[in-house]
Amino acid sequence: MLSPIRRIGILGAGKLGITLAQLALKAGYEVIIAGSTHPGKIALSIEVLTPGAVAASADEVASQADIIILALPLGKFKELPKQALGGKLVIDAMNHWWEIDGDREIIVGPHRSSSESVQEYLATSRLVKAFNHMGYHDLHDEHKPSMAEGRKAIAVAADNPEDVKAVSDVIDTLGFDPLYIGGLSEGRRLEPGTKAFGANVPADQLVRLITP
Amino acid sequence: MTDKKISQPKYLFGLDSFGDIAVDTKGQPLTYAASIRQVVKEAVLADTLGVDIIALGEHHRSEYAISSPETVLAGIATKTKNIKLASGVTVLSSDDPVRVFERFATLDALSNGRAQVILGRGSFTESFPLFGYDLQDYELLFEEKIDLFSKLLSEQPVTWEGKTRAALDKADVFPKTESGRLETMVGVGGSPQSIVRAAAYGFPVVLAIIGGSPDRFKPYVELYQRAAREFGHEEHPLGMHSPGYIADTDAQAIKEAFPRFKKAMDAVGLSRGWQPMTRDHFMNEVKNGSMYVGSPETVAQKIARAMKVVGVNRFDLVYGFGPVTAEARLHMVELYATKVIPRVRELLAEAS
Repeated sequence: MLSPIRRIGILGAGKLGITLAQLALKAGYEVIIAGSTHPGKIALSIEVLTPGAVAASADEVASQADIIILALPLGKFKELPKQALGGKLVIDAMNHWWEIDGDREIIVGPHRSSSESVQEYLATSRLVKAFNHMGYHDLHDEHKPSMAEGRKAIAVAADNPEDVKAVSDVIDTLGFDPLYIGGLSEGRRLEPGTKAFGANVPADQLVRLITP
Repeated sequence: MTDKKISQPKYLFGLDSFGDIAVDTKGQPLTYAASIRQVVKEAVLADTLGVDIIALGEHHRSEYAISSPETVLAGIATKTKNIKLASGVTVLSSDDPVRVFERFATLDALSNGRAQVILGRGSFTESFPLFGYDLQDYELLFEEKIDLFSKLLSEQPVTWEGKTRAALDKADVFPKTESGRLETMVGVGGSPQSIVRAAAYGFPVVLAIIGGSPDRFKPYVELYQRAAREFGHEEHPLGMHSPGYIADTDAQAIKEAFPRFKKAMDAVGLSRGWQPMTRDHFMNEVKNGSMYVGSPETVAQKIARAMKVVGVNRFDLVYGFGPVTAEARLHMVELYATKVIPRVRELLAEAS
């Protein structure tokens, strides 16, 4: 048995990081969050936008949270605290955004999903791809209780079934139906340019967008 | 009759454009030059009809004619009397703060003090390679340049040093403005740190609310006010900027707006990996999001609601989004000025 997830850590205090922190707080989790510099710099934003969350350093987030969501620009993944993230369950919500990150091949490498590159760097973390395909404003507006009509789905790609289960529970608690789509390499089907990218739809429709 | 300053908040209404390439009645695109002249014509009409602000945004993409907003604003300046002439936004990161100041101070002279710079990072980054800037310096460029720009606004000799531009040693910059202070705001797309940074410099903020419900921006207004207090600056009222389409009826507005919004959004989406806009997505934004599409009454109700919920005193409508005919663009300016704005003022007065 895995220990229950009580504290969610978020790396990245931009639009996506803040939105996920709001959802997590609403769902009753403890939240610890880090921005790109020292915690003091985001303290006020955190206090006003996500009251109850704790601003901390990236190292503290990585070591103190039960699960960590990556919500920083993909181009910065090699700045992640890989020691502190070792052995941890980590959700990769990042996307390649060429306007900021530059050429995809340079930061991700050819012929593989961006999450596989992140996993390669965070070699000892348990990486799961989720929360990348839905826009942050849709995440904010669309979360619904379990079994609610028209509830939207979030796709999950990961190699380890236990990790898929744990992340699926978090997705459900945050207000969405989890949809398992396969291993981490299948995360490619959720990236920018695919039919599923930007999808804000229930599971039955998301399945169709993911099927090649 | 007495004009007590404490009574009513002063509401401001703007029209914003990026100089989208307009089309003729056969759907053929106008030239870039004609599209720019069209915006000047619309700004003159807006001024005549009492719209408070025209804001023109800087882009460097084929869909938009305006890459140099202040030049177009200068053309508008000498033909208008009251309308405020704003950029929306000036991409400061890839520009030189000294030149931005000089150009807008010149615009301020031509318009008898009606210039307003809205600084931003911009949601597009075409200007970076175009002007030889590295996207790796995205944060640093804006950080340093807003710092320099805030010093230039003192209109005193400036001494400044940074990594992204040559240092200045007691540099005096001209022309000086008659008011002694060029009006400056910051355009923000929802990054909390951008709000805090603007507050730290004491700049008022315009929120660009493009997708999703405007309601989620309410806490950002609180964040701005809290930050302004902590930095010891005035808590300026905030503004918002969102796209819309006004026609005589709801049905006509939706029918005309959808293919045009779709064309504009899909062009942007192509480079960002978005899927083409569906009608469902569009209708969802019209219904629940921050798109103001419909008859004057529908649009007015929606604007008044958003201004109240978010807590802003200024609303800028991005009009003529996508390939819209010159006639429809002008009609929209007229409907906005003569029907929507008075109705929004009425609704806001009822609510207060």
